Amino acid sequence: MMRGRVAYAGAIHEAWPDANGVRLADGRVRREDELVWLAPIEVGTIFALGLNYAEHAKELQFTKQEEPLVFLKGPGTVIGHRGVTRRPADVAFMHYECELAVVIGRTAQDVKRENAMRHVAGYMIANDYAIRDYLENYYRPNLRVKNRDGGTVLGPWFVDAADVENVTQLELRTFVNGTLQQRGNTRDLVTDIPALIEYLSSFMTLAPGDVILTGTPEGIVNVNAGDEVVCEIDGLGRLVNTIASDADFGRV
Amino acid sequence: MFALADHLLHPEGTALPRDVDANAAAALLARGIACRAPVNGAVYGTLLNDRAALNALGDALHAPPYKAPPQAPVLYLKPRNTLAGHRARVVVPDDALGVEVGASLGIVIGRTATRLSVARAFDYIAGYTLVADLSVPHASVYRPSVRFRARDGFCVIGPALVAARHVPAPDDLAIKVSLNGREIFAASTASSVRKVAQLLADVTDFMTLGAGDVITLGVPYGSPVAHIGDTATLSIGTWPPLDVSFIDAREQAGEQP
Repeated sequence: MMRGRVAYAGAIHEAWPDANGVRLADGRVRREDELVWLAPIEVGTIFALGLNYAEHAKELQFTKQEEPLVFLKGPGTVIGHRGVTRRPADVAFMHYECELAVVIGRTAQDVKRENAMRHVAGYMIANDYAIRDYLENYYRPNLRVKNRDGGTVLGPWFVDAADVENVTQLELRTFVNGTLQQRGNTRDLVTDIPALIEYLSSFMTLAPGDVILTGTPEGIVNVNAGDEVVCEIDGLGRLVNTIASDADFGRV
Repeated sequence: MFALADHLLHPEGTALPRDVDANAAAALLARGIACRAPVNGAVYGTLLNDRAALNALGDALHAPPYKAPPQAPVLYLKPRNTLAGHRARVVVPDDALGVEVGASLGIVIGRTATRLSVARAFDYIAGYTLVADLSVPHASVYRPSVRFRARDGFCVIGPALVAARHVPAPDDLAIKVSLNGREIFAASTASSVRKVAQLLADVTDFMTLGAGDVITLGVPYGSPVAHIGDTATLSIGTWPPLDVSFIDAREQAGEQP
């Protein structure tokens, strides 16, 4: 099942895809653009992976990793489908990252890889923006690059794990203003989902609602204010975001 | 909104936190009670905000892998599995390395804080608390693994949140750490590179802090290291001190070590 979380007419609703738009839990059916889309779940801890696609790592001349490159993100960075993300006027390179987001559904502690998938509740599309200009070499990637307000777009749907036939064969695509810029497949993950759950749960407890952003494939380009960025993953839907300017946010 | 009237603490085994005056808080704690973390918002740690820490890096700040001194605040998340309260028993993963006890001032946010000015920053602070920001000692701050700072119980907070009105000078607080009753470390918030208001202004320029979130002013340089069997006591002035015990993994599992 696919479910989203939307704000409409003064309340927050669970919502599902419908032949005529989007059906709210109370029975109302509305067009997608009549709703304010929130992240499909209230997230717990957000993990993100750096350099977790083989070609992308090769592109950046990265050698074999001793352990997965994991960093953490705060809840304030999350926005939903059809949201806007600010691009500061003074930067030269801001880019999207289309990623498969794995949602934990069951507490995980010292879980072995053969049992790991039992702890997955489902999946979402993530677009995890970064601003390269702000990269500094202390606790990389530093929060000013990867933990910005509006920098982590999640949705539109949370999709139950049972409804995703083969999570190791999903194509990811990003379109900027309609042009395909990024394309990859989850079969190329350097550290796959079971291994990530085994690794993380070996030193910390994972809880329902925790989210693992599994990394992005090659094909990142700069985006500018006004650009529409659409991330797609097979079977998970189509996540739309628009880049906004400093002026849109009252910054001069 | 996150508000507290006086001293907010959450005794283990009670449904809700207590908001009491300093004497009542001291009396509760004198009974030897353990507490939960008194907050459940996001917790952000700050690093290299102590002049001594930057001075100690010296020329290394300009050499690879760092290449230049830090510009923005150096921050990281302490995720929810790390949160613990007064008298927490924390597992030491490798006793040869021990666990570094980063005694920090925790700034507790009272209302949604976005793009604060230095002049207005204090209006958004509900109170302050002690944070034992624990980590497995690691030399490099380039790209440290999350397993150093994000282990279960590695962020011990409390015992109490102290209302901001009781803390007129957060940029001039003495921090002390004792191990097994012997004072071994002293620091002061006065040596911070960014003061409380400046830190909030710089951070909230790009990321919003929510009501109930905590951000530390930073781990002081030269923080002590604890080992299995130690109990660390952190204190700031006359605030209720924070105790943390360090145990073997087998003790946590209920076995005899």
